[in-house]
Amino acid sequence: MEIKKFGIREVVAMGIGTALFVVLTTVQIPCGIPNTYLQPRMAVLAFFSAIFGPIVGAVVGLLGHALGDAIFYGSVWWSWVFPEAVTGILVGCFAKKFAVQEGGFITAPNIILFNIVQIAANAIAWIVAAPILDIVVYAEPAKKVFSQGVVAFVGNIIVIGVLGTLVLVGYSKASGNSQGLKKED
Amino acid sequence: MSRMISYQEKDTWIHRLSGVTKLIFLMLWCITSALTYDTMVLVIMILIGASIYAVSRTEWKQVSTVFKTILFFMVLNLVFIFIFAPYEGCGIYGSRTEMIRLFGDIYLTKEQLFYELNVMIKYFTVIPAVFIFLVTTDPSEFAASLNLVGVPYSFAYSVAIALRYIPDVQDDFIRIRNAQEARGIEMSGKASLKDRLIRTSSIIFPLLFSTMERIDVVSNAMELRGFGKKKKRSWYAQRKLMRNDWIVIISAVVFSIAALIYTFYDGNRFYNPF
Amino acid sequence: MEPIIEFKDFSFQYKSQTEPTLHDINLRIMHGEKILIAGPSGSGKSTLAHCINALIPCSYPGKTGGSLNVAGLNPEKEGVFGMSKKVGTVLQDTNGQFIGLTVAEDLAFALENDNVPQEEMKKKVMEAAEVVDMTRFLRRSPEALSGGQKQRVSMGGVLVDDVDILLFDEPLANLDPATGKKTIELIDQITKNKDITVLIIEHRLEDVLYKDVDRIIVVNDGTIIADEKPDDLLCGNVLGEQGIREPLYLSAIRHTGQTVAPNDRPQHVESMNLEPYSDGVRKWFKAAPPKAEKSLGDPVLELRHVNFSYVPGQPVLQDISFSVRKGEMLSIVGKNGAGKSTCASLICGFNEADSGEILLNGRDITPLSVKERGEKIGFVMQSPNQMISKPMIRDEVGLGLAVRGVPEEEIRERVDETLKICGLYPFRNWPVSALSFGQKKRVTIASILVMKPEIMILDEPTAGQDFRHYTEIMEFLKELNEKHGLTILMITHDMHLMLEYTDRAIVLSEGHLLTDETPARVLTDECTAEKACLKKTSLYDLALRCGISDADEFVDRFIAWEREERR
Ligand SMILES: Nc1ncnc2c1ncn2[C@@H]1O[C@H](COP(=O)(O)OP(=O)(O)OP(=O)(O)O)[C@@H](O)[C@H]1O
Ligand SMILES: Nc1ncnc2c1ncn2[C@@H]1O[C@H](COP(=O)(O)OP(=O)(O)OP(=O)(O)O)[C@@H](O)[C@H]1O
Ligand SMILES: [Mg+2]
Ligand SMILES: [Mg+2]
Repeated sequence: MEIKKFGIREVVAMGIGTALFVVLTTVQIPCGIPNTYLQPRMAVLAFFSAIFGPIVGAVVGLLGHALGDAIFYGSVWWSWVFPEAVTGILVGCFAKKFAVQEGGFITAPNIILFNIVQIAANAIAWIVAAPILDIVVYAEPAKKVFSQGVVAFVGNIIVIGVLGTLVLVGYSKASGNSQGLKKED
Repeated sequence: MSRMISYQEKDTWIHRLSGVTKLIFLMLWCITSALTYDTMVLVIMILIGASIYAVSRTEWKQVSTVFKTILFFMVLNLVFIFIFAPYEGCGIYGSRTEMIRLFGDIYLTKEQLFYELNVMIKYFTVIPAVFIFLVTTDPSEFAASLNLVGVPYSFAYSVAIALRYIPDVQDDFIRIRNAQEARGIEMSGKASLKDRLIRTSSIIFPLLFSTMERIDVVSNAMELRGFGKKKKRSWYAQRKLMRNDWIVIISAVVFSIAALIYTFYDGNRFYNPF
Repeated sequence: MEPIIEFKDFSFQYKSQTEPTLHDINLRIMHGEKILIAGPSGSGKSTLAHCINALIPCSYPGKTGGSLNVAGLNPEKEGVFGMSKKVGTVLQDTNGQFIGLTVAEDLAFALENDNVPQEEMKKKVMEAAEVVDMTRFLRRSPEALSGGQKQRVSMGGVLVDDVDILLFDEPLANLDPATGKKTIELIDQITKNKDITVLIIEHRLEDVLYKDVDRIIVVNDGTIIADEKPDDLLCGNVLGEQGIREPLYLSAIRHTGQTVAPNDRPQHVESMNLEPYSDGVRKWFKAAPPKAEKSLGDPVLELRHVNFSYVPGQPVLQDISFSVRKGEMLSIVGKNGAGKSTCASLICGFNEADSGEILLNGRDITPLSVKERGEKIGFVMQSPNQMISKPMIRDEVGLGLAVRGVPEEEIRERVDETLKICGLYPFRNWPVSALSFGQKKRVTIASILVMKPEIMILDEPTAGQDFRHYTEIMEFLKELNEKHGLTILMITHDMHLMLEYTDRAIVLSEGHLLTDETPARVLTDECTAEKACLKKTSLYDLALRCGISDADEFVDRFIAWEREERR
């Protein structure tokens, strides 16, 4: 399917992507350090951003994080909601370049670019934006929030780097393979 | 899957308020709570929150599981603050009143205790507002409300879609996990981080693929029925703003302004008893 | 008169395909006609429908050729929006079609998009809800509706918009027989009251023909094979040649060695002129051998007093007890929402029974995990999308083997063999996304078959399947059953499947086990059949109308004979 400009497909992708992000809120992979989990939902965010672009990425991150927090934890940590949107936007900015649905996300340069972008985006979101917001809004100790930010950063780049890359390559392969199909005997 | 908070149909005046009103209230409430650190204002907000919670006739069992989860995270957070910065409070209030020696040369100070108490109440102020918002707002009407306050209708509708598909996606998730497990992929039990990642990917993969397909089906269905045809769109579930709505909105605005003026009157967002 | 739909030398090729999926289509449909489109799975029926509502080529890109005119418009130029004023579509997947958060909103969806004022919208929604008899459910959300009810909502949602043409893509798949019948009545009523042109795509030919249609169009391999009045078509050989199931009573008459003539009006068994044929039928009945009994092994699977509810206080299954013997083929039948799929999910361990026990080979399986049960029990779920996890067909079918560490060489062999049985071998290197609905369902069957489980549970194995593929798969299962003692449980709404392939039927109704009997007896018991929304096959009517009193025996003998014939 061609990527048109902002159409119905994007509206639906925002909605269903958000739903998926929310549902995966409670799916967490313990990683050995107490109370620190890898969050597979980050892979979903990267996936949707890389395919549908920055607007969808922003909405899935913002709405998904806020709704997920609200529904499962009864509270919204705004200082972590906005950075989520930042991640989505930054990854989404390169959607055209990745050309996932056209089968372009199988070449090494694109995969490397994706990972550079996601690492940069996560760094901005979790090592810069989130701690600063935490300090400004909640007046929490700088040392604490920066440590938390770094842990989140490491966790997220692992999830997006492994899971995110895998699903994107898989999906890109499948859509790219849909070319020249022919019945064989 | 853990319990989640969802809309419950009831007939109280809070339920009858428009979704816009509740959204505006929630936003103002969150902003006020974010900006202030004044103990007085925070306590008043907690009291108001608790009384609205009572009026909304929200059942405790509906939110209790989630509440316990929050409590757990809150305690954890407070402990972390102490571990990382045992004298943060002293810096904020500009004095140091030691109470007892804990270990090494770490002392528990009155300032730290009061600071952490404030952090806790600050988090607590938001909880009843979020609970009530989720439990009393009809999701259909909510999307309509968003459009009414100026959010473009395609964005408003994507919120409706998100709410509509959360249960579906959750079902999908469970079925896919079952189907994978039945075919021999171990899902429970201990495993190394790498195995856990592989395991998760065996769910995320199909979930994303079926989601992509669903996006196509749903957008086709919507297009077939004329979504996006016109500049404007009417809403079946939309409610007009009534007198009560205006009363709530105006009160919320007045309260926020008053609270912020009170907080920042002395040029500092903290209340300093020391 | 001008035709409302006209295809002239029309062809279409999906962007990803190397050959056109539709070609040389010439078709004229007049205003007010009711048309049935039949054809094997993957023949291009949905593709044809999508050309009319402009999803092709607007949403599924590709190359069109020739010309197409729908209600004076060119779909390709008008786009999906443009066509939506003229054409209402009920998609093959009703779940995807349900967009609103509640029934009322879904009915209102098209009106909302048209910016109709709320007052007027409420009135119209009420009217539409009345037509499809859903007024009591207006505030329900989609999760709380049965398959049949969702189908009704989809129809209502299309009707609010005053369209000229209605397209139904397999409206009956997944509906229980009684609800299916009601759906056909509903469609008929709408056609008559509203002066609309209706196109129905369906494999269940006999069920659609319950109410008159004007013409039947048979599609195969992307082209139109036949376009005739039902009475004419039913008397010819086209259906058999194309692997489409003709109405059973006609097969029966044919098997007695007689040819049916169009002027005996064979469209409905109730009104057909049977006089010329009844003698022959009776004679055949006397000569046919009685059905053979089959010997069975020990019980392999046993449910004892099983209770289950999703939401506390709303029991879905109550006190269910039955046992399945080794080598048995068993069907589980009952109305939409009776708890059939739930029952299977309990057996597979997807859900935990609230009380009662489930025994496998005499041992309680409560402590076993889903994975451990999966080694013995293979489950093909109702919806293919819930099972498919790999983008490519071959990987998908081989997944279970790969996880179990079977060597690559063997996986390849077994996968190829299974793909051949399921008629998917020509597509083995395709991505799953380029398959039709029925083909996807077969992929899921293949992915379980390949693992050779001891017990196999199939949820609606024949949904969306044409007769030829259906027969191939069922015969293969039968063979496994006879040669290797594979035990098979089938959840189905297809009464003929139940009669033909299973020795026993478990009937569920509102969460209770109603009966546990031979299929023929289940259907003869009026009370059970009605409660469980089952329907007799037309063979009974044929037998009775030919003056054969032991209709059950007639059905049994016919089925045994038919299968012999096919071998
Ligand atoms: N999106 C697509 N991209 C490429 N090929 C497709 C696509 N959809 C369908 N096809 C191919 O077109 C052919 C016809 O598909 P179609 O869905 O029209 O079949 P159908 O007659 O409706 O079958 P069923 O009864 O199983 O639904 C199939 O062989 C399929 O492989
Ligand atoms: N996940 C769920 N949560 C709550 N209720 C459910 C769930 N799944 C099914 N139900 C309800 O349980 C009942 C039985 O559902 P089930 O899917 O077993 O029916 P079925 O007999 O398979 O119907 P069909 O023929 O339509 O597939 C229905 O009333 C349904 O609404
Ligand atoms: Mg089809
Ligand atoms: Mg079912």
